[in-house]
Amino acid sequence: MSALITAKELRRDYEVGRGLLSKPFVLHAVAEATFTVDEGKTLAVVGESGCGKSTLARMLTMIEPPTGGQLTIDGRDVTAGAHADLKALRATVQIVFQNPYGSLNPRQKIGAILEEPLKINTSLSAAEREAKGRAMLAEVGLRPEHYGRYPHMFSGGQRQRIAIARALMLEPKIMVLDEPVSALDVSIQASILNLLADLQEKRGLTYVFISHALAVVRHVADDVMVMYLGRGVEIAPAETLFETPRHPYTQALLAATPIADPERRGQRLRLKGELPSPFNPPSGCAFHPRCPFASDRCRKELPQMLPAGATLVACHGVEEGRVPIAPMVTPLDATVSAV
Amino acid sequence: MTLLDIRNLSVTFETRSGPFRAVDGVDLTVEPAEVVAIVGESGSGKSVAMLAVMGLLPDSATVTADKLEFEGRDLLKMSDHDRRQIIGRDIAMIFQEPVASLNPCFTVGFQIKEMLRRHTKLDKDARQKRAVELLGMVGISEPERRLRAFPHQLSGGMSQRVMIAMATSCNPKLLIADEPTTALDVTIQAQILELLSDLQRDENMALVLITHDMGVVAETAERVMVQYAGMQVERQPVRSLFRTPHHPYTAALLAALPDRARGTRLPSIPGMVPGQHDRPTGCQFNPRCPYADDKCRTVDPPRQPEAIGAALCHYPLNVAVEAAL
Repeated sequence: MSALITAKELRRDYEVGRGLLSKPFVLHAVAEATFTVDEGKTLAVVGESGCGKSTLARMLTMIEPPTGGQLTIDGRDVTAGAHADLKALRATVQIVFQNPYGSLNPRQKIGAILEEPLKINTSLSAAEREAKGRAMLAEVGLRPEHYGRYPHMFSGGQRQRIAIARALMLEPKIMVLDEPVSALDVSIQASILNLLADLQEKRGLTYVFISHALAVVRHVADDVMVMYLGRGVEIAPAETLFETPRHPYTQALLAATPIADPERRGQRLRLKGELPSPFNPPSGCAFHPRCPFASDRCRKELPQMLPAGATLVACHGVEEGRVPIAPMVTPLDATVSAV
Repeated sequence: MTLLDIRNLSVTFETRSGPFRAVDGVDLTVEPAEVVAIVGESGSGKSVAMLAVMGLLPDSATVTADKLEFEGRDLLKMSDHDRRQIIGRDIAMIFQEPVASLNPCFTVGFQIKEMLRRHTKLDKDARQKRAVELLGMVGISEPERRLRAFPHQLSGGMSQRVMIAMATSCNPKLLIADEPTTALDVTIQAQILELLSDLQRDENMALVLITHDMGVVAETAERVMVQYAGMQVERQPVRSLFRTPHHPYTAALLAALPDRARGTRLPSIPGMVPGQHDRPTGCQFNPRCPYADDKCRTVDPPRQPEAIGAALCHYPLNVAVEAAL
C-alpha cells in the first residue's frame, strides 16, 4: 500500500494586521500536522471549530500554499512544486464543501456547473463534456432531466450530490470532504454517506474526511487524526481510537458526544472552559488549561507525537503513564468485529 | 397540575400559492419539571408548533387548537397584554443561533436587565446584582466584566449561555429550547446540555427540547414526540421509543443513525420530506415507507392507542413485541 498523501510538519501561518503602527501578528492556523493517507483509504480529521481542520483542507486542495513543512501528493512535492506540477495536481485533488447552498452558483444550470471543470482543465468538445456530465449525474443518483435545472430547484441532499458530481468530473484520486453531511438531515445524511462509500469502492478514491460528528467518523474512517488548536494530537486506526482513546482531549471529545441510546445515558466527562484563542495559545501543551491530568511539564514543554501501541499521541501524561486509557463504550461495540 | 396542555394544535400559513398547513393536529402535555423532546427533520413543523405557543408567529399564520393552556389558562383567548405577562416570565425560549438572537447594539448586561425590568419589581441595584448572579450561574467567568461586553465579543457557546441566563432570569416554569446546541461544538454542547439539565433539576423548570439529534434526545429527554410533515407521528417515553419504535418513520430514523448502523452501508430513507406542493394523500410518510400499501396511499392513518405510541399509522410496528412484554 503506497501513501498517496504525505504531510510532514505541515504549517500554515496567517499574518493578522493589528493597526498601522504595530507589527502584524502571526497566527498559526495549522501549527504542525504530520500524517500519511494510503491510496483508497479514508483519513478523518476531527476537532472543534478553530482547530485548523479547514485550513488543512485548503492546503491539501492547494487553494493555499503551506508556510512550512512538506506536503507530497501522489508522488509530487507541493511545497516545492513548479506551476505545471500544481496544475496537474489540482485535478488530482478535489473538494466538497459543507454547505451545498453556498457552494453551487445559483445562476448556473447543473449542466454548466458540472462542465466547468472540464472546460478549464481539458480540451474536450462540448458534446463530449455534456456526455460526461450526464453520465456523472446518473452515477451520483440524479435523473437526466436534472441536467438543465438550477440549484434552487433541489433539496439539500440533492445539491450535495451535485457538488460531489462536480468534484468527480476531473476524475480525481483524492477527495477532500469538508463536513459533507453536517448541513443535512439524518435520513439524507445516510444516503450521502452511502453514495460516498459506493464511489470510493468503485473508483478507488482516497478520502480526507473532515468532520466534528464522531458517530459519522467512526462509520466512514480507516484512520482518524484528532486536532487541537492547529496541531494533530492523536492519530490512530479508527477502531483503536474509539476503543482506546489515549489523549485526554480525544477522551473528552468522545465522552461529550451524545450516544443515541437512552439505556446508556451516563456520566459525562465534562471539559471545562472553551477552546483558547489561537492569538494567545497556552504555553507548552495547548490543551493543559482544560486538561484534568495537566502537570508542570505540560505547562512548559510542548509534547511530541510518540507511538503508543498502534496510536501516535502527543501527550506527556500518556508518555509518563499518568493518563488512564479510557475505553469508551458505545452501541457500536457489539458489531465491531462483524464489520 | 399540567403545565402546558396542547390538544389538536394546527398552524396554517397564508402563502401566495394558497394556505399551507405547517402544523397539523399536534398534541403535547408537559408536566412541571419534566424534559420533553420534539424530534423531526427540517420542515416537520417542530419549531412552528412551539412558536405558536409563544405567540411569536407572523400575522400570516392562523393558529387553531382545541386546547392551548398554560397552568389552566387559555393562551389563545387571553388578551395580548395578559399573554405578555406570561411569555418571557413563565415561559421562555432560546433559539438555535445564539449570536443572531442577541441584539448586537446593546451590551449583554443591558439585555439581561431589560428582562428583569420588564418582568420583575427589582430596582436598579438589585437588577445588577441579579444579572451578575445569573451570568455566574450559567458558568461565565468574571460576570461583572462580561455584562459590559457586546454580543460580538463573545463566542458561540458563551452567547448561548447568555441567552440561557436571559431566558431563566425570571425563573420560568417552562423553557422551550429550539435546537440549543446545533450551532455549537461537541464539548460546548455537552456543557450547555448539562447546564440545562442542572437548571431543570435545581429550579424545577420544565424543558421542551426541539432537536433533530437523536443522541441529544437519548441523553436528556424523558418523553419524546416525533414529528413528520407537520404531524405528530409518535410519542413515547425515551427508552421504549429507542427500543420499540412503532411508527415506520421513527424506526427508519433510528436505523439511519451511524451510531446504530451495522455493516458498511447505512439503511437510508428514500425520497425526502414532502414540501408545500407535494404532500401525498393518505399517510404523509407513504411514499418513503417500506410497508406502505394502497390503504396507506389513500386513507388518512388512524391514531393508534397510547400503548402503541399513539402512532399515526395503519400498520404500527413492534406491536406483537409490546403485547408479549
